[in-house]
Amino acid sequence: MTPSRPEIRVSGLHKSFGDNQVLRGIDLEIGQGEVVCVIGPSGSGKSTLLRCVNLLEEPTGGQVFVGGAELTDPDVDIDAVRRRIGMVFQQFNLFPHLTVVENLTLPQRRVLRRGKAEAARVAAENLRRVGLAEKADAYPSSLSGGQQQRVAIARALAMGPEVMLFDEPTSALDPELVGDVLAVMRMLADEGMTMMVVTHEMTFAREVADRVVFMDGGVIVEEGAPGQVIGAPRHERTRHFLSRLLDPAMADVEEETSDQVGGPG
Amino acid sequence: MTGTEKTELQPKKKGLTRRQKRGLSRGVQYAVFVAAVIAFAVSADWGRLQNQFAQADIAERMFPEVITLALKNTVLYTVTGFAVGLALGMLIALMRLSSVGPYRWLAGLYIEIFRGLPALLIFIFIGVAVPLAFPGTEIVGGTYGKVALALGLVAAAYMAETIRAGIQAVPKGQMEAARSLGFSPARAMVSIIVPQAFRIILPPLTNELVLLFKDSSLVLFLGVTLEERELSKYGRDLASQTANSTPILVAGLCYLLITVPLGFVVRRMEAKAQEAVK
Repeated sequence: MTPSRPEIRVSGLHKSFGDNQVLRGIDLEIGQGEVVCVIGPSGSGKSTLLRCVNLLEEPTGGQVFVGGAELTDPDVDIDAVRRRIGMVFQQFNLFPHLTVVENLTLPQRRVLRRGKAEAARVAAENLRRVGLAEKADAYPSSLSGGQQQRVAIARALAMGPEVMLFDEPTSALDPELVGDVLAVMRMLADEGMTMMVVTHEMTFAREVADRVVFMDGGVIVEEGAPGQVIGAPRHERTRHFLSRLLDPAMADVEEETSDQVGGPG
Repeated sequence: MTGTEKTELQPKKKGLTRRQKRGLSRGVQYAVFVAAVIAFAVSADWGRLQNQFAQADIAERMFPEVITLALKNTVLYTVTGFAVGLALGMLIALMRLSSVGPYRWLAGLYIEIFRGLPALLIFIFIGVAVPLAFPGTEIVGGTYGKVALALGLVAAAYMAETIRAGIQAVPKGQMEAARSLGFSPARAMVSIIVPQAFRIILPPLTNELVLLFKDSSLVLFLGVTLEERELSKYGRDLASQTANSTPILVAGLCYLLITVPLGFVVRRMEAKAQEAVK
């Protein structure tokens, strides 16, 4: 699929935490309706890249554009731009003091200034989309991890985003709950949502993504169609990573190398 | 492993086992405690004590005024002081967490000063220094305003630290989630972070209320009219009038009437908070 117009554009992105260079020059474009999966070993900088796209991390250098607005412009209205970007976290981050439906209505009312009735209608509609309409009045703590994550997706969708970012959305889930969350994400992809997904779910990447980006050591090592990057990787580093991921029981004990990039994954 | 080692773990015939020693030690502790209570009870002059502290007719004469006036004023001073302290403490806590340096320093300075000074000195300061510095101006609410201010200034220093700790105890992901939904930092703080922080700090805040309840007795250093007297002042006045200390005892019991149930509520809340964490 060729991008019609870049919805997300990242150019020359650098990010350091102190002396630790986590991103070393990232260039990436994601077109409207495109689904891009970012894969790579932990510490490769993939989550940091995602968090730079909605400026949860302040880039040290380079530019980030979403929907034509430059987020790295110091005078940008960041809150206005973020309303167009939905974010889903590894740890769900639902608001525990609010019920499920309040988690969806409060941001609509406070941020978008929607009326009570409209917020409730949008909330109910999105809870139905993720299959949790009957949990509206429950508190997050009474839900399973998979249900919480689906509520978190519904909460982001209720704001009417043009882009959705997913930061390892299934990594904190019990294996049997992963499927429900991936099903919701696949539904969104089919509906034409622009999505950037940091994930370890290779099956999802292979089947749903339009493009797969492999990162290591703070740079993009290779990118392309899922069949190519996952099925027939060109780079040794990609092959190595995939073999360890797909068949962890067969991995050898390795010497730690000093050039590995630490910091948040 | 070998037979000899195994037998060493079995209770030996001679001497006491550890369990028996523990039982003996506890028995001695109980005995000492009971002996101390008996010695105290026997040596005290109960007749004189009752004469001075437990005169039923004097106690009777205190009602209903001790409740309708003294206890009412104590509660009023405490609640207004708590309200001022909470508002000011909130402001200082937010300043302490601000990214603006001077705000942080100012808040730190305030906390260090007002946490380090005895409440008594602050009451005297409000009562004496403020009228001197701003002649002609009157603190809103007269004595009630002064007490609220003095108690509030003291309480704010402690509450600011409690509130700050509560805000910092809310996981970082909550602020990130709110910001990523488009909340401004201030709105996220008000709508998402502070409500969660208050759940965490409800028990220590209630403890602060109990402390203020007792500190409200310091109002007597401001000089109060008859109608403005609270429990301690009222008890002391009556004690000197009747040349008997029974009013002090009654006033003390009135304090306990409020603080004991409050302490019970705090423990209940702490237990519930423990439950919620699990």
